[in-house]
Amino acid sequence: MNLWKEFTKGLIDENPIFRLALSLCPALAVTSNVYNALGMGLTVMFVITCNNMIVSTFRNVIHPKVRVPVYIISIATIVTVAMLTLEAFFPILFKELGIYLALVVVFAIILARAEVFAAKNKVIPSMIDGLGMGAGFTLGMLVIGTIREMIGNGSFMGYQILGSWYQPPLIVILAPGGFIVIGFIIGFMNLSEERKKQKKEKSEIAAGGTI
Amino acid sequence: MEPKETTANIQKPEKLVITSSPHIHDTESVTKIMWIVNLTLLPAAIFSVINFGIPALVTMLLCIAGSIACEAAIQYWRKKEITVSDGSAVLTGLLLAMCLPPGIAWFVPLIGAFAAIAIAKHTMGGLGYNVFNPAHIGRAFIMASYPVAMTTWAVSRIGNNGDFAGAISKIGTLDAVTAATPLGILKQQGYDALVSSFGGQMEMYQALLIGNRGGSLGETSSILLILGGLVLIAKKYIKWQVPVAMIGTVGILTWAFGGKAGLFTGDPILHMLSGGLIIGAFFMATDMVTTPMTTKGQIIFGIGCGLITVLIRLYGGYPEGVCYSILLMNAVTPLIDRYIFPVKFGALPEPVKRS
Repeated sequence: MNLWKEFTKGLIDENPIFRLALSLCPALAVTSNVYNALGMGLTVMFVITCNNMIVSTFRNVIHPKVRVPVYIISIATIVTVAMLTLEAFFPILFKELGIYLALVVVFAIILARAEVFAAKNKVIPSMIDGLGMGAGFTLGMLVIGTIREMIGNGSFMGYQILGSWYQPPLIVILAPGGFIVIGFIIGFMNLSEERKKQKKEKSEIAAGGTI
Repeated sequence: MEPKETTANIQKPEKLVITSSPHIHDTESVTKIMWIVNLTLLPAAIFSVINFGIPALVTMLLCIAGSIACEAAIQYWRKKEITVSDGSAVLTGLLLAMCLPPGIAWFVPLIGAFAAIAIAKHTMGGLGYNVFNPAHIGRAFIMASYPVAMTTWAVSRIGNNGDFAGAISKIGTLDAVTAATPLGILKQQGYDALVSSFGGQMEMYQALLIGNRGGSLGETSSILLILGGLVLIAKKYIKWQVPVAMIGTVGILTWAFGGKAGLFTGDPILHMLSGGLIIGAFFMATDMVTTPMTTKGQIIFGIGCGLITVLIRLYGGYPEGVCYSILLMNAVTPLIDRYIFPVKFGALPEPVKRS
């Protein structure tokens, strides 16, 4: 099994936010600035990797009928660890993320990876899959956060980039802005994929391929 | 094998040509309808330039230019036919400008035009596919983005004295005087303060009807907007039932619940003539794309718009609710179309079942 492929598939091809459309709630709620988006992304990356490893380790022991409660308990334990760590070392971020940190327990992407991948694969591939999916999630959060903070506040990571002449449209850092930005990114990704496919077909026809 | 050869093998079409409806054609076209709607808005637009001076004209031109540029750019980028000349982008820009306060900062109309054309219209597939009224999406977008700029209203230059000549003579000047709109005063200071700001109840009705008052660009002159709407009704572009349903609902409900002293003590005329109700009822709630297809459905749409408008005006946080009411009802339109459909031609009523 190609481990590198397991890692990179989560970045673009199966990006949790833009492709699988899972865990859109944090992608809307905590991406109004880059710092929060990054914090949430890394937290989810940690939780998803640890949970994948635990689920994968015990995959032959857990009875299929009770697997979901078991997964949830595992996720909840890891999230509690992450929350306590953040509260101790990053109190400001902890306060900013607020309720959404506790809600990591019910993020669809974490349960989905446990169910789809970790329950059927060995520990090392599961860990790589969790890292890749977490990285893809963080990447998505960062892209959304950068766009929203840049347009909606004229800053990046809290540093003011655009001067005082810039009057930001507030809607971009409000909830509707999150929907609009995510919608546009997914739209552009679909569009570029479609155009790539068309180009490929065209070049195949030009090369004299059979139809 | 080359694809061309396969198409050549297809049989020649038979003489019986089958096309889907509509089969009856006349001289009406999207282009013609759009430009006539633009023309019917023109009197109210000219009045607003007299009432608020050159800043109003600048706002209008920015909105229209922004809409046209945005539409042309998107159609060029998507390699579609550029249909700017059909007047729909101009109409969107003009309607958007009509909902903005006069003398707003230059970039706000441009952002509104972008939201209207790029977000509300072209992400849905362009003309005829949009779910929501583009002009109102543009307004809602900048209302959420620039709440201060969107609630700073220039003073009417014609004023309480009906000084048309004076307003025309200083048309080119800029002024920094601002005042609240009638609905704003009503919300914050109450009915009596509103009446006294006009100097009497009859003067207030007169100002609301003619338009020598503060407000958005295009909403001040009710009489010119009603005239434009009547032209559209006479041309059968819109149905009279829709504005009547919407304005009537607002009138009845504000009469019943608008007063402080008890039931049926409100002032329906004030509510019917103020704010964006007239332009909304005649030009937005009758939009062909975003409203139900049947007359019955359109009446339900109008009543729903009126109901939500009254809810927002009397009990909500904003002084004016026409924009949001129309957008909310746009969202319900597919549902209305699903349950209200016309009787099939020649169909008999369902026989009554006897047990």
